[in-house]
Amino acid sequence: MEEAFVFVVLTATATVRVATPLILCAMAGLFSERSGIIDISLEGKMLAAAFAAATIAALTGSAWLGLAGGVMAAICLALLHGFACITHKGNQVVSGVAINILASGLTVVLGIAWFHRGGDTPSLEAAARFMPITLPLADTIAGVPVLGTLYSRLLSGHNLLVYVAFLAVPLVWWVVYRTRFGLRLRAVGENPTAVDTAGISVTWLRYRAVLICGVLTGIAGTYLSIAHNASFVRDMTAGQGYIALAAMIFGKWRPWPAFGACLMFGLLDAIAIRLQGVHVPGIGEVPVQFIQALPYVLTVVLLAGFIGRAVAPKAIGVPYVKER
Amino acid sequence: MKALTRSVTAAVVLMAAFGATAAEIDPAVVFDMGGKFDKSFNQGVFDGVERFRTETGVKYREFEVTNETQREQAIRKMAQRGANPILGVGFAQAPAIEAVAKEFPNTRFSIIDGVVDLPNVQSVVFKEHEGSFLVGMLAVMASKTGKVGFVGGMDIPLIRRFACGYAAGAKHVNANAEVIQNMTGDTPSAWNNPGRGAELTKGQFDRGVDVVYAAAGGTGTGVYQAAKDGGKLAIGVDSNQNYLHPGTMLTSMVKRVDVAAYNAFKTAMDGTWKPGIQVLGLAESGVDWALDDNNKALISDDMKTKVEQAKADIIAGKIKVHDYMSDSSCPN
Repeated sequence: MEEAFVFVVLTATATVRVATPLILCAMAGLFSERSGIIDISLEGKMLAAAFAAATIAALTGSAWLGLAGGVMAAICLALLHGFACITHKGNQVVSGVAINILASGLTVVLGIAWFHRGGDTPSLEAAARFMPITLPLADTIAGVPVLGTLYSRLLSGHNLLVYVAFLAVPLVWWVVYRTRFGLRLRAVGENPTAVDTAGISVTWLRYRAVLICGVLTGIAGTYLSIAHNASFVRDMTAGQGYIALAAMIFGKWRPWPAFGACLMFGLLDAIAIRLQGVHVPGIGEVPVQFIQALPYVLTVVLLAGFIGRAVAPKAIGVPYVKER
Repeated sequence: MKALTRSVTAAVVLMAAFGATAAEIDPAVVFDMGGKFDKSFNQGVFDGVERFRTETGVKYREFEVTNETQREQAIRKMAQRGANPILGVGFAQAPAIEAVAKEFPNTRFSIIDGVVDLPNVQSVVFKEHEGSFLVGMLAVMASKTGKVGFVGGMDIPLIRRFACGYAAGAKHVNANAEVIQNMTGDTPSAWNNPGRGAELTKGQFDRGVDVVYAAAGGTGTGVYQAAKDGGKLAIGVDSNQNYLHPGTMLTSMVKRVDVAAYNAFKTAMDGTWKPGIQVLGLAESGVDWALDDNNKALISDDMKTKVEQAKADIIAGKIKVHDYMSDSSCPN
């Protein structure tokens, strides 16, 4: 019993670690898409941020400067996306794909030129990374059954950016649903003409949305390269930006359901990792291939059967042209 | 059109034949997914061809494959440009080499880690199970819990061969030793996913493992980092990786791909290049375990003696290490 409980807690802990970049990216995409800008460049922004963070952390030895660098890199790409899609009314998908390709190629080229390690950055020392934080009293009450284990293993012992990601969800909910900016943000994604008629700048609103998107993807990328891992490795985002995008659509462009979808993807991944080679009572050893296919199978099943119709913001993907 | 094709082929064959007879060679290497700086398998090949370049002054052409469709294109491009010999890296290039070698019968091809049965192809394979056996012994001797872990890259028979030898070595020291095995994935991206490698390793640590062996290309860096962060021990693979994290790298299962790569070019230059299959094991110094300044504090004299004894026994044939690829099963 005790063993099963520890297994559950450890799986939950792994879920938290794996889901963190997904949550940050899903929240980032939510801002952008709620304002009417399709963002498939979450992947590219996260990758560029991961590279910038690892590079700056390696050069300066400071995790905080790394974080700043990562966020700046993502913001630059977000502004590029905004410049193409908002100012010049370009196709948002094309711009997004271009950014993904740019990030994937540029990080490797710069990495080879600067570090001569085939696109990877040097391994970072502990001081240049966000290391796990032990919450107060975690060690003292670790011996307490159930609660102690939960507190010391599940809540404590993550790095700062994990806590940031989990706090971001209520914050995003509050901003989107409880502030004037949030109301306008939702309106501009549904009916930009109405917003414009009310005397509010559609362009400026959308730029603010992509900027916030840049900041959040920047944190996600930083998490990957200098918190979860200790260096940048080429293409290290490995499709997580797209998974986050899927999670956001799963959650119908709303923060809490999107958060739930991210946790589900994280959980499935964590279970896949834990169940490899484990003897399940009554079944025997589960084949690795089955476990690895599980997240994708479940995604299809859930999409087809349980989630229902996902309705996108009405004005998504349509550049706003002011009538003269 | 046919005439044109024929004359082009003739020209290419002529060029290739010319290249083969001249002492001046134009060698080429095609690295596989993971890249030449993966600190492991590809990097071993890179070290070998670099040594060839510095010693002989002969430059080589190179290409790094970044997706699966590029393998055959890259190798064919090299052959069309008259490169000879062409060195392919990794089991996954075997079908590509086979296809191209048939089209260019006068070009010499070498492949490391794969077997292609053609008169103009040299195949170099290693007995990874023998080297893995030795590091499996070291792992259990260094372990306090009696549980040791294995993280593989892509789930293929070759990697199962590493795992099987490792498990056999572990059981050789302690019949009750527990070996927990994980594979990173089923696609080539599994060679380059350190994040997942780290998660798998943490999962194994949670289950009581305290020494982990990675045979996973670039994914291994995540495994070694996780071991360092968790204060446990890790075992490197292919290249000597002891230097990556001195103090937590127990040893490395060294596969002398650098020697194989160097020899492929050098013998071609000297005119002693031969097609056929070469199998390099402990006896041929093709595989070994690594002991240097970075890990000597972790290896006690007792461990060293036992491993060296086992090594001698394997070479002498007293210990038979089961080869997973001989019957696609593992007795352990």
